[in-house]
Amino acid sequence: MPRSLLLNYPRRTDRFDEMLAEGSELRPAWRGFLEHLSTATAEQMRHRTDYVHRRILENGITYNVYADPEGADRPWELDPLPLILSSGEWDEISAAVTQRARLLNALLVDLYGEQTLLKDGNLPPALVYGHNNYLWSCQGIRPPGDTWLHLYAADLARSPDGRWWVIGDRTQAPSGAGYALENRVIVSRVFPEQFRDLGVQHLAAFFAALQENLAHWAPTSEDGQKPLVVLLTPGPYNETYFEHAYLARYLGYPLVEGQDLTVRNQRVYLKTLTGLRRVHAIVRRLDDDFCDPLELRGDSALGIPGLLQAVRAGHVLMANALGSGLLESAALPGFLPGVCEKLLGEELRMPSVGTWWCGEESALDFVIDNLDRLVIKGAFPSQHLEPTFGDELKGAKRDEMIDRLRTRPQAYVAQELVRFSQAPTWSKVHERRLLPRGVALRVFVAATANGYTVMPGGLTRVTSAINARMISMQRGGSSKDTWVLGDVAPSTFSLIKPLLGKADLVRSGSNLSSRVVENLFWFGRYSERCEDGARLLRVGLSRLVDAGPEDIPALLSAFEVCKALGLLPQNTEEKTELPQQETTSKEPANTPPKIPTRAEIEGRLLAGLCTSEWGDGLAGNVRRLLWVGAQVRERFSLDNWHALNRLQHQLQGYNKQKPAIRDALAFLDQMLLAASALAGFAMDDMTRDDGWRFLIIGRRIERLIFLANAISQFLRLQSTRAPGCIEWLLELADSIITYRSRYMAQPELMPALDLIVFDDTNPHSVIFQLQGAQRYLSRLSHEIGDSLDDAVQRLAAFDLKCFESRDFGDCQSCGTCLKLADLLDEIANAAANLSDRLAMRYFTHIGDVGRQTLAA
Amino acid sequence: MPTARYHIIHETRYDYECPVSLSQQLLHLTPRDCPWQTCVEHAIDIIPTPTHDGTRLDSFGNPLRQFAIEAPHDSLLVRAESLIDVHPHLTARPFAKSPAWETVRDGLAYGAHPVQLDAAPYLFESPYVRVKREFSAYAAPCFTPGRPLLEAVQALMKKIFTEFKFDPKATTIATPVLKVLEQKRGVCQDFAHLMLACLRSLGLAARYVSGYLLTQPPPGQPRMIGADASHAWISVFCPDKEGGFWVDFDPTNNLLPDTQHITLAWGRDFGDISPLRGVILGGDAKMPEVAVTVMPAGEVATQAPHFSAE
Repeated sequence: MPRSLLLNYPRRTDRFDEMLAEGSELRPAWRGFLEHLSTATAEQMRHRTDYVHRRILENGITYNVYADPEGADRPWELDPLPLILSSGEWDEISAAVTQRARLLNALLVDLYGEQTLLKDGNLPPALVYGHNNYLWSCQGIRPPGDTWLHLYAADLARSPDGRWWVIGDRTQAPSGAGYALENRVIVSRVFPEQFRDLGVQHLAAFFAALQENLAHWAPTSEDGQKPLVVLLTPGPYNETYFEHAYLARYLGYPLVEGQDLTVRNQRVYLKTLTGLRRVHAIVRRLDDDFCDPLELRGDSALGIPGLLQAVRAGHVLMANALGSGLLESAALPGFLPGVCEKLLGEELRMPSVGTWWCGEESALDFVIDNLDRLVIKGAFPSQHLEPTFGDELKGAKRDEMIDRLRTRPQAYVAQELVRFSQAPTWSKVHERRLLPRGVALRVFVAATANGYTVMPGGLTRVTSAINARMISMQRGGSSKDTWVLGDVAPSTFSLIKPLLGKADLVRSGSNLSSRVVENLFWFGRYSERCEDGARLLRVGLSRLVDAGPEDIPALLSAFEVCKALGLLPQNTEEKTELPQQETTSKEPANTPPKIPTRAEIEGRLLAGLCTSEWGDGLAGNVRRLLWVGAQVRERFSLDNWHALNRLQHQLQGYNKQKPAIRDALAFLDQMLLAASALAGFAMDDMTRDDGWRFLIIGRRIERLIFLANAISQFLRLQSTRAPGCIEWLLELADSIITYRSRYMAQPELMPALDLIVFDDTNPHSVIFQLQGAQRYLSRLSHEIGDSLDDAVQRLAAFDLKCFESRDFGDCQSCGTCLKLADLLDEIANAAANLSDRLAMRYFTHIGDVGRQTLAA
Repeated sequence: MPTARYHIIHETRYDYECPVSLSQQLLHLTPRDCPWQTCVEHAIDIIPTPTHDGTRLDSFGNPLRQFAIEAPHDSLLVRAESLIDVHPHLTARPFAKSPAWETVRDGLAYGAHPVQLDAAPYLFESPYVRVKREFSAYAAPCFTPGRPLLEAVQALMKKIFTEFKFDPKATTIATPVLKVLEQKRGVCQDFAHLMLACLRSLGLAARYVSGYLLTQPPPGQPRMIGADASHAWISVFCPDKEGGFWVDFDPTNNLLPDTQHITLAWGRDFGDISPLRGVILGGDAKMPEVAVTVMPAGEVATQAPHFSAE
């Protein structure tokens, strides 16, 4: 029974316990869940925690940490146990945060409009005019329906007496709703029966309301089409970029960056492959002062010049409205009770944490007298001031703080210390144990045409230690799903619109931005480049492992092709070879070059995989592949993502300092497996729109260049005349099985060339790449579509008969070999030129960022 | 002093090395109507012709012209021409009778009645104006206890004029005002920002004024076209029984602006009202050529040799 789990769980009297009531009784809302938990075996729970861990890694749920010296994405932390709230309790929270959303919206209407609050002295002008997020250019703008806040989030914490308090307001571009959704998807699968039996309320209706609201307020389009809504992100370096991509995919909005949008004639357009498309609403995750370098911060490269004028003209809806960051102020909560009375004629339902703005003389005196039990914060976000705990200030530091408060009192706010309530988390270390941790709850509110609605649940944030004074994902906290129990069976509604009209049907991806297309093209090229490189390195390394002396010539030839194709980074060994060559320069010129030793070959091939830096070799290409993949994350299915994330973990697990050949080969095998998975997803898992077409063209061009170059080098190099070389050439083109099934004999050159150059049924042949690229290009544009015609015709005109009755083993760079090699070189060049032409014609360029000009 | 009438030409020319495909510009080049100033004639010519063009008032009440050129172009010429009457408006009230500066400060603080909403926007930090103890310390010798506000401000103006050197090479638009205080050099924008920083750090309300100043050619020489420049000074808020009024001070020339100063616009600092502010796609970062001519109406100026040669 629950007792056993609760034996080691300390109930404390100095803070509220979410699970246990007075006398250590379970609270009613927790009983059902705890009963189940106490019967779960240690093994079951291990499976569950493993599942959570795996899903997070596979889904690539991350939270970027600015302060991290590695600059790395940190995996999201999620405790499998939810925070459980009864429906009665939730109703109170819900009513309070709805009121607060209404209040804050009314506050924005007043501060950017009539300013009666300032005129009547209800609010200090310092908190408005002194706040860097009061956007002067937005003064007088009235958003549709006077709705400034479309999505609002409140951070709540519970004091020892059980009351909820608001500890923070997120009015600008609240983050966390996507993480809450992802937590729900995972945790509801960890406890599916409990989730169902307890009648936990679903989240999907909340997002549907948000979508409907945006469609409702967005300006109508001229042609009666559905309004186009986009999600504006600062880009992959933002701490919550995962969530931007996740929400964009979930809500069905294109994910765009500032440079994807342009303003023409006071209207916002998305730059797509097929031209400019009007944008009607923008859900922004970009801070408002960065949104328009023309009228707001001129140094912003992330914004859209002219956006504000489009807003002013009513041609685009911003969610949230520009200027709403003004309310993210530590000083504001102290004034809300009065403002609520004045604007709404109501009493504030949920108090804010005790707040004193030092700009008031009486408050300043109070703060100095009670410094020990307060935390000092900056009044404005622009101060970037770390919160300072009064009781940690001693001696000179304390005097210095008091001096600062007196010198510029307006800039400081003091708040009461928050003692978070505690909830059980599942120990990662102990066998079966609950650990108490501090929790705070982020609740989300969305505007609808009929007022504000609350997400039944939210993001529960967990402190890293029981006594932690701060909750912050930046500081290594964790998170929980939040279960609001229903007293009625919840609707099984999910985000599939039942009532789509015919006009709503969308067939082609006409919202593809040029940037997305460019990234998909390079995704195709890099995934193929990784595959080709891995194949060639495997040819070499596998012959190093289990080769007898008779295999050495084939190894040497493969090594030379690797070098000729630039697959092996220049290293110090190569440089030390140079003086040796100089000393031998007096000898006759036809002396065979120094034959590298086995150890040298091994070292160079391993370096081709990766050097001590991740930037070089195959590993560097894998990293570039993951990078372009991350730019278009929302375009891939979840399974496709899993394959990419596995690849990343395999790369991280690879020992780059002291790799053994065995490990290198194992990594190459994994790499090739992942590559074939990516190829499979590309062919079977993606919609056939122009974005997909560019991805495939990228793959074809890359493979074409690789094959043409590799075969050309093979024909030119003398070392390939040794036995065993044609085998590896076929292996390189993944065609050895086909060859054997066709000829059942030792490979010979002419049939091998036929198979890997001229056979248009072999997906690894040169002609197959050419024809494939040709076919997809013709769907895009005729002017570029025929740029490969010449190559195809010349290849078709080439007669293999000239290789007949020749023994390749005896051939010394004969004219026949050189003729084909030259043709292949030309084909590789044509493919490279094609790539450049596509870039010129279709892709946006990084240089397309506006430049600010000022003149006096 | 009688009313003065001026003919003002303000020309800005960008020559780009590579074409600009999209240009969006905001112009604060239209003189603001004030009780002491009437704009008789005004026109702005833009070459090439903008694709979209419009006028409105900005949030500080200044006339604003906003345009976009959506076709590729190699150069941009903006030529503003105005005919303006400026009436004498030096305050008749003696500075010594103005309220003590501490009284003014306390009247602007939160909790005082009535709320001075006209002054409040100009009380706090803004992008180019910092509020720091270094500035209040610099101004402290002028702001002795109980000193009448306007007397103290005039003393501060004189202090800046005396201790700072006019040096166009010393600063750029990006030079922080704290650096200006350290190196004691700069141009009119710097001195205006510095004086604003001092006044706001003391808890007073003061705004940035952009405009022109009539300069006299050297004796015996004709007035040259384009020999002038745009100018900047400050205005401080002084409360009275009816609410309050603003008094201009020009720290660059140690002058109380009257009929020789022509007002274009005012705001918290240069950033709010820079004469031309834009974003271009393409082009380059080269600085524009700017030529300003301020002539008493009826006078004829000579084409400056350096300008026609280029």
